[in-house]
Amino acid sequence: MMKILISVILLIIMVVQTYAESASASQNKDPPLVVSTCKNTPHYRLCLAVLRRSPRSAKADVWELALIAVGAVKTEAERAMDAIKKVRKGGEGKEVAAALKQCEEVYDAVLEGDVQEAEEGLKLGDPKFAENGMADAVVEADSCEGGFAGVGKSPLSRVNSAVHDIAEVARAIIRNLL
Amino acid sequence: MQKMAFPGRHALHEPSHSHIPSSYAPLLDPATTSAFEAPDRQCRRRRSSVVALPLMAVLLVVALFSVVALVTNGNKPNPMVSTPPESQQPENMIPSRRGETEGVSLKSFRPLLGAPKYSWTKKLLAWQKTGFHFQPKKNWMNDPNGPVFYKGWYHFFYQYNPYGAVWGNIAWGHAVSRDLIHWRHLPMAMVPDDWYDINGVWTGSATILEDGRLVMLYTGSTNESVQVQNLAYPADPLDPLLVDWVKYPGNPVLVPPPGIGSKDFRDPTTAWLTPQGKWRFIIGSKLNKTGISLVYDTKDFKTYELLNGLLHSVPGTGMWECVDIFPVSKIVENGLDTGENGPGVKHVVKTSLDDDRNDYYALGTYDGETGKWIPDDPINDVGIGLRYDYGIFYASKTFYDQEKKRRVLWGWIKETDSENADIQKGWASVQAIPRTILFDKKTGTNILQWPVEEVERLRMSKKVFDKVEAKPGSIVPLHVGFATSQLDIVAEFEVDKVALESINDTDHTTYSCPTSHGAAQRGALGPFGLLVHTDNHQTEQTPVYFYISKDTEGNFKTFFCADHSRSSEAIDVDKAIYGSTVPVLEGEKLSMRILVDHSIIESFAQGGRTCITSRIYPMRAVYENAGIFLFNNATDATITASLHIWQMSSAYAHS
Repeated sequence: MMKILISVILLIIMVVQTYAESASASQNKDPPLVVSTCKNTPHYRLCLAVLRRSPRSAKADVWELALIAVGAVKTEAERAMDAIKKVRKGGEGKEVAAALKQCEEVYDAVLEGDVQEAEEGLKLGDPKFAENGMADAVVEADSCEGGFAGVGKSPLSRVNSAVHDIAEVARAIIRNLL
Repeated sequence: MQKMAFPGRHALHEPSHSHIPSSYAPLLDPATTSAFEAPDRQCRRRRSSVVALPLMAVLLVVALFSVVALVTNGNKPNPMVSTPPESQQPENMIPSRRGETEGVSLKSFRPLLGAPKYSWTKKLLAWQKTGFHFQPKKNWMNDPNGPVFYKGWYHFFYQYNPYGAVWGNIAWGHAVSRDLIHWRHLPMAMVPDDWYDINGVWTGSATILEDGRLVMLYTGSTNESVQVQNLAYPADPLDPLLVDWVKYPGNPVLVPPPGIGSKDFRDPTTAWLTPQGKWRFIIGSKLNKTGISLVYDTKDFKTYELLNGLLHSVPGTGMWECVDIFPVSKIVENGLDTGENGPGVKHVVKTSLDDDRNDYYALGTYDGETGKWIPDDPINDVGIGLRYDYGIFYASKTFYDQEKKRRVLWGWIKETDSENADIQKGWASVQAIPRTILFDKKTGTNILQWPVEEVERLRMSKKVFDKVEAKPGSIVPLHVGFATSQLDIVAEFEVDKVALESINDTDHTTYSCPTSHGAAQRGALGPFGLLVHTDNHQTEQTPVYFYISKDTEGNFKTFFCADHSRSSEAIDVDKAIYGSTVPVLEGEKLSMRILVDHSIIESFAQGGRTCITSRIYPMRAVYENAGIFLFNNATDATITASLHIWQMSSAYAHS
């Protein structure tokens, strides 16, 4: 009985350790370009996390890495839009409603303007427009958040912060192309 | 794992309007969480079964928990980990739209209590449209293209998005004018409908051949995003309005040469005739981080010969976009045709730097035999020395106006507000008022830019102020009696001589417009100048000013700056301070000219030796709420200003 229990525990220990090893090993397996590119961004670990999510980053050049980062901004902005819709159903006051409407507008601009422009700029080889788009995404996220100042606690702080930071990462990656 | 206080709590108590809580949930990032702990290895020791069984159970649970935590770690954000609060300083809230490498001031605006809630109304957005600057009726515009004078008309083409207010789907817009000020919009000249420009009909230039025929060379972004050069020409050369264009069936005529990146080959210039009778033009590129200019010769614009060697290159400047080369005369007061050269001629080489979105120029000597250009002053070489304009001014391009014998410069002035605002107002970007370029004979090291004289035809009522005194620390309202959104201001300043002579050693080595605190930073001999787009309480104000510094040996340095830190209460607009030194020679009065046109102002010092273009988006200082003021924020020197202020009429574009 004891032997069985010990074997089971050892087995579990081994399994868990393998997970731990593979977790740290996957860090060491980051392509050197990913590591060096991320070091040149203001949010190193966030950058790694964003790029790791895409299998394309393994063989990507800087243009492709930039596109992955822009894609992550797009994803977060879409999340922001969803969050806005969810929060809206609450019967909030006039000022909060106005702030939410503004957030909807700015995230519309992020998706239809900034992300669009950034993807085109990268695909067509005129990266300055991609940088402009990502710089603007930061401004837009900040203005959504800023709309709640003096009005109430922002229900979108988390996602605004995410867009802000990931757009900063994307912008920093794009600067390598200029 | 970093142990951090949960910043959200602080955010709730922060009265500041612009603080953004920095709590944030990172994405998948196993590195930041060490939720996995090595299970207690004690379990390997043998124990008596009485103690061992419960111990085993506990360890099993711990181990299972660890596995579960590891597996789900990537999917659930860990709320205890947050990014370091690097954004707590208000200064970092509003990022500069241009590269932060310039040391641009990032000051944000601290709204007053009871300030209007930030939101753009239709009225405020409508005010932003200019009265006499070139802009299409709606949508996005960028680089000027193919400017040329042909059969009695000035033609202007431009990068245009027919579908929206952001960059994309780029085609060539087109407009014509008799006087460079009143424009008639025409249908688009070219759209991206061939494989070699399907991803963008990009920038290009016009060349008028010896027989008067006009050809256009432009960059196309192909279906595979390769940058190539294409030839186009008027469908009907007898049509002075050049409405329809034909693309040469054999396009592209030039593809990136070996060693040049497929995305580093764009913006061909106007061509000029070489001594060998060939047409020559340049095109910018880069090799690693060295900006370069390639040179091509052609006889028919269909086949080309790449010259061995470059026109010029400057390490560390990055991609050279929209390069330009043109002669200026050291002797005569007019412009020169692109192909001119000789002992009385200097050549300007200009580039737009992708890296920092500024236009740089340098004076030098061009050798027509070798196809090489050498700068007069290598320390201030192209891309590392003088700029055409110290504000927002990019992708500029000159042409030779053979009618009035002048070299004319066009420059793209983008928006510095948010794209959201651009989308709401339905347009983005204007062009600067075209400027003549002349060699500055007095300094020998600068060019002079000045708005074309035709803009003066828009001057209406005038108000003259003669020798208005402003003591240190004073603001003097200038009552003009008319609206102040569209103005032409010419001003001269005299500085109290006693103060100039007696002051010793001000901040001579440290002052610079972009890193200063703008008009609020007081020195003994400055700042002083004008406030435009300013409401009665100066809540919103745009100072354009001089700042004089002096070193221990009595040498003066004069700075010319435009301060946007308080131009608007809005938080989503650029708040930088622009400017540079301006050479002021012995005996010269300090002079400035400002063209005020709603959301654009163009400021010129010392006859155009230093220029600053900027965008302004006020929320209060609009329409009848705005005025202009003379100000002197120096601590020691009294100044005396004489001004001519004209109200400017609008230049409506005809459809």
